Amino acid sequence: MNYSLSDEIKLPPPSSREVAGLSLRNVDLRETSRRRLKLKVQEFFIEKFLFLNGLTSIIIIALIFIFLFKEGVKAFTEIKPFQFIGTHIINFSGQEVFAYIWQPVGEQGKYSLAPLVLGSLLVAIPATVIATILGVGSGVYLAEIASRRRREWMKPVIELLAGIPTVIIGFLCLSFLGTAVQNLFHTSFRLNAFVGALGVSLVIVPVIATITDDTIRAIPDDLREAAYALGATRWETIWKVLIPAGISGITASIILGMGRALGETMIVLMATGNAALVTLDIFSSVRTMTATIAAELGAVAQGSAQYYALFLVGATIFTFTFFLNLIAEVVINRMREKLKL
Amino acid sequence: MKKIIGIVLAGMVFLALGSLQAAEHITVKGSDTMVILAQKWAETYMKAHKDVTIMVTGGGSGTGIAALINGTTTLANSSRPIKPKEMKDAKSNNIVPMENKVAMDALAVIVNAQNLVNELSIPQLEAIYTGKINNWKEVGGPDHRVMRYSRESNSGTYVFFKEHVMHDKDYAPDCQNMPGTSAVAEAVSKDSWGIGYGGVAYFAKMKELKVLRIKKDDKSKGVSPLKQDGTVDFEAVWKTEYPVARYLYCYSIGKPSGKVQEYLNWVLSKEGQTIVEEIGYVPLKQMK
Repeated sequence: MNYSLSDEIKLPPPSSREVAGLSLRNVDLRETSRRRLKLKVQEFFIEKFLFLNGLTSIIIIALIFIFLFKEGVKAFTEIKPFQFIGTHIINFSGQEVFAYIWQPVGEQGKYSLAPLVLGSLLVAIPATVIATILGVGSGVYLAEIASRRRREWMKPVIELLAGIPTVIIGFLCLSFLGTAVQNLFHTSFRLNAFVGALGVSLVIVPVIATITDDTIRAIPDDLREAAYALGATRWETIWKVLIPAGISGITASIILGMGRALGETMIVLMATGNAALVTLDIFSSVRTMTATIAAELGAVAQGSAQYYALFLVGATIFTFTFFLNLIAEVVINRMREKLKL
Repeated sequence: MKKIIGIVLAGMVFLALGSLQAAEHITVKGSDTMVILAQKWAETYMKAHKDVTIMVTGGGSGTGIAALINGTTTLANSSRPIKPKEMKDAKSNNIVPMENKVAMDALAVIVNAQNLVNELSIPQLEAIYTGKINNWKEVGGPDHRVMRYSRESNSGTYVFFKEHVMHDKDYAPDCQNMPGTSAVAEAVSKDSWGIGYGGVAYFAKMKELKVLRIKKDDKSKGVSPLKQDGTVDFEAVWKTEYPVARYLYCYSIGKPSGKVQEYLNWVLSKEGQTIVEEIGYVPLKQMK
């Protein structure tokens, strides 16, 4: 592809002699039309090439979906569906009880998804709440309050948070944050859902802050000017005009952040203790869906019940994040229409 | 992870030695617990013997033995003895696997250095890890909840502990599964009421941890896997006084010959067994 679109621009402007001499002009016209054809062909191929690029990601997503669900569904042939809810076990006093246990390795595998789904939510929801407070706060600050110079260095620094390898954050949670949380809240589990949530929130603060900042800055100045003209203070303008105007963008950022929190693996693997407990206590150790896959898929025999069960876990988490992203996309589109961007 | 490192290293070694011609080729497959050890053996051996290439891969003890039976590997590493069913499969394939004990592995049980408990019996350990005992006061400690730390189910240590200590009963659901022995050590050193387990050499020099004496049953005397000076007590493991120990095996097809025999002899030699000690396992008592 030696020809580029700029070739046309490089054409010398018709000189007065060329305009005057008809014969020369005819030759020129033929040249130009040939060039046009060439460009048209080029255009066609470039267009198709870019279309294929776009299509590739759609195909890949579709293939992942199909593969994940195809393998996940096989779990139902190996394991009875109700076992994904819980299993009857005999407790130490000899009574038979219905228990929600995830323990695939053993005489009889136990495959309850309840502790894993609860564990994922118990990390993702507090993480999203913490990150929302920090992220929306810093996003609004960057967009409305910070001076241009301060904004110029602060925004990249906040975005840098997302660039820290998650294994480093996980390690900090494991070695320092766990002790700090235990000393502060006197928890019996040193590694718990809350420690994981703190770690994960660091990763999603930049997601929320950046989108909030972009949203608020995209709000037309008419709204600000109108608010100030009515005598509103800066705070009133932000709280009663700008945030309501940008609420769909902010909501979308929070939903995207939550999707990221649900999918986060390395931090939760290291920071939450990975005990598959059914609990609503955020200071209890939990086992998330992602950590389970990361920890177990490496050594599982292909085609075993556990292998398919892990794919089912994968399909479950993918469904969660897929719908969260879908909702965020719809919300963002609605905002774009509203603000006519 | 171990597997990936193993494969990458094996690949690198393979490529590096690929240029050498007419080398005898030995493949070793099996136990993930033994991958690092087998890798180190292979590297050291190949440095001295340029005419042999050894390729080590993991996959688990069962995978290794299956490969031996199918004839796709020269040697199979296993952290457990061969099962009768596998022996039968091998016979029907006209293969007689020969057992070679190549090293020993002892698991230590650790608590935080602040914990008053100094020894536990195997039945007590079983009760703690299955969730029957939940408070330290039931085993002579202070009145506080026991915080159980375990490994992930993909680790050979997890299975060994489950089979040898817990008699194959299930772990309590509130066992916190750590992604490695180092994470177990880290967690128990920071958790005053924690209990954990792992390869004995790993904990030998950690001040925040206490390695427990283990009793075979409630009547016998507690044995520590460590000596007074804090180094691993090989004698206690060799005499099977220390109850949480196992052999590590390398299975060959029939009685090996030629280069394979030389390699196995070297593994059992002083040089090979020194590597066992360096990696953190227990060397065999009889060295050739």
